[in-house]
Amino acid sequence: MATSFFRESLISPRKPPVSRQGLRGWLHENLFSGPVNSLVTLLVGALAIYALVPVIEWALIKAQWVGDSRADCSGDGACWVYIETRLGSLIYGFYPEAQRWRVDIVFVLFVVLGIWLMVPAVPGKKVAALVGLLVFPVVAFFLLSGGFGLEHVPTRRWGGLMLTLVIASVGIVGSLPLGIVLALGRRSSMPLVRGVCVVFIEFWRGVPLITVLFMASVMFPLFVPEDFNIDKLLRALVGIMLFWSAYMAEVVRSGLQAIPSGQGEAGAALGLGYWQRMGLVVLPQALKLVIPGIVNTFIALFKDTTLVLIIGLFDFLALIKAGTSDSSWLGFAIEGFVFAALVYWIFCFGMSRYSQFIERRLYRGH
Amino acid sequence: MGSVQTTSSDIPMIELQRLNKWYGEFHVLRDIDLTVRKGERIVICGPSGSGKSTMIRCINHLEEHQAGDVIVNGITMTRDVKRVEQIRRHVGMVFQHFNLFPHLSVLDNCCLSPVWVKKTPRKKAVDTAMMYLERVKIADQAHKYPGQLSGGQQQRVAIARSLCMHPDVMLFDEPTSALDPEMIKEVLDVMIELAEEGMTMLCVTHEMGFARTVADRVIFMDEGQIIEENDPETFFNHPRSPRTRAFLGQILGH
Repeated sequence: MATSFFRESLISPRKPPVSRQGLRGWLHENLFSGPVNSLVTLLVGALAIYALVPVIEWALIKAQWVGDSRADCSGDGACWVYIETRLGSLIYGFYPEAQRWRVDIVFVLFVVLGIWLMVPAVPGKKVAALVGLLVFPVVAFFLLSGGFGLEHVPTRRWGGLMLTLVIASVGIVGSLPLGIVLALGRRSSMPLVRGVCVVFIEFWRGVPLITVLFMASVMFPLFVPEDFNIDKLLRALVGIMLFWSAYMAEVVRSGLQAIPSGQGEAGAALGLGYWQRMGLVVLPQALKLVIPGIVNTFIALFKDTTLVLIIGLFDFLALIKAGTSDSSWLGFAIEGFVFAALVYWIFCFGMSRYSQFIERRLYRGH
Repeated sequence: MGSVQTTSSDIPMIELQRLNKWYGEFHVLRDIDLTVRKGERIVICGPSGSGKSTMIRCINHLEEHQAGDVIVNGITMTRDVKRVEQIRRHVGMVFQHFNLFPHLSVLDNCCLSPVWVKKTPRKKAVDTAMMYLERVKIADQAHKYPGQLSGGQQQRVAIARSLCMHPDVMLFDEPTSALDPEMIKEVLDVMIELAEEGMTMLCVTHEMGFARTVADRVIFMDEGQIIEENDPETFFNHPRSPRTRAFLGQILGH
């Protein structure tokens, strides 16, 4: 039997029921929507309090913040005096104290450039990119290493957070473009180009980073003439860059594969050449799509800079570790490693948040 | 829909001569011979898999043919990249799935190729783009992104984007097949207008009303070959091949 229905007046919109609104609604919806969920909420809450309270007590409330020697560390809490007294070497390594202003200038330039490049409201992004990629590396190199009247500071005296940031920045800035080129090469229709890229990627992805670093520092000098001397840090930098570019290539390739072939075809039909199609149509979309993967690789790279410790480069973590065997400060390893964890976490979390911000900003409603 | 006046001349714009193509062992295009004169409007129909899309994609080298010749505006297609890009500059194409660039605004979609391929100054490219967007009645959306537009709007932008390169020929590869029924007309109206202005057009489509109104010739393809070719009047009223009759019966007979 067919039902006949006809609506004479339309229903106007109404507000949702009160129990679904505001704080009460949120609590009900998310924390106490049923007996099991309520129990889980209470249990997890209790566990969090049980675990966090002692940590906060140790790190903040009972902690010793001011002082200048071990004698000041008498309380039950953390003794941050230990970190404060070592801060100079943690940041600059063995860089001569009289020359540390040069590192400070590089830090300041680095931060200014970072803000210029990364904050959308600041204008002149193209200039910033050029300055960042061409001018800054040269200026930073001469400031850190010397020349033009500045005293020469060999790279074996570089260390600490400064060295960590040098390795991470060079690794990040070098591996992304190289990875993009490799990814494009791996998808090339030319068998030779494709073959070279596949072999390169699979080789570097197949060896552990530690092996790469060992090869760079120990094996490489054995294969070249004795007077042919390349700086150890430079060798490590090149190794790290090549190693991570292989990972980056695969991340970028996954993005390229997600772009429908129609995009490249539309570009081709409009007369765009290969590099124009890639640079203007395919890559902007593909890279946007794999921002999480790219930043994931950046974060892994940043943390793995700590491996340079094994070839005798003293990065931030290496200096923290060296500090634990300082005879006048024995027994403060926990403070050291907690501080190290905090510093690495701040950098990594910063990258993560920034990438999410960029993702939201580049969202184009599709 | 009234009939559109023929404006075609005798100058050949596209010549396909004994065109053959294989996908591996599969013979997808078989001895295609077709000449399209300047200003002519051709509609190509046929069952799916009959090679119609492949054929028009050979004209701008989105597909490569293995035997025969493709000659566009007097230039013979080769594998030479420069030659291919030179031909593509004169051949506009509209796709079934629009293929707008989602990361660029409507306006930038239209300006991209004029600026980068023809080196048109940005300001002039914007003016041209706005003119064509005006003509497809979508200028008010110029600063939106493709993802914010309906399918019909996107396809009209795609047509404007092609026109910005001032093509001599327009290829349409099932331009209304991915559209909701209520949006088909707005796209067809733009195409009819284009035909009235004398644009040389090759349309793969199943819109038989459009074919009757606009086409100078209708071509029916099946199994990679041209089965029947005639003016729309004769084609629809007196189809000769049983295959054509069966096909027309299927798409018109409900």
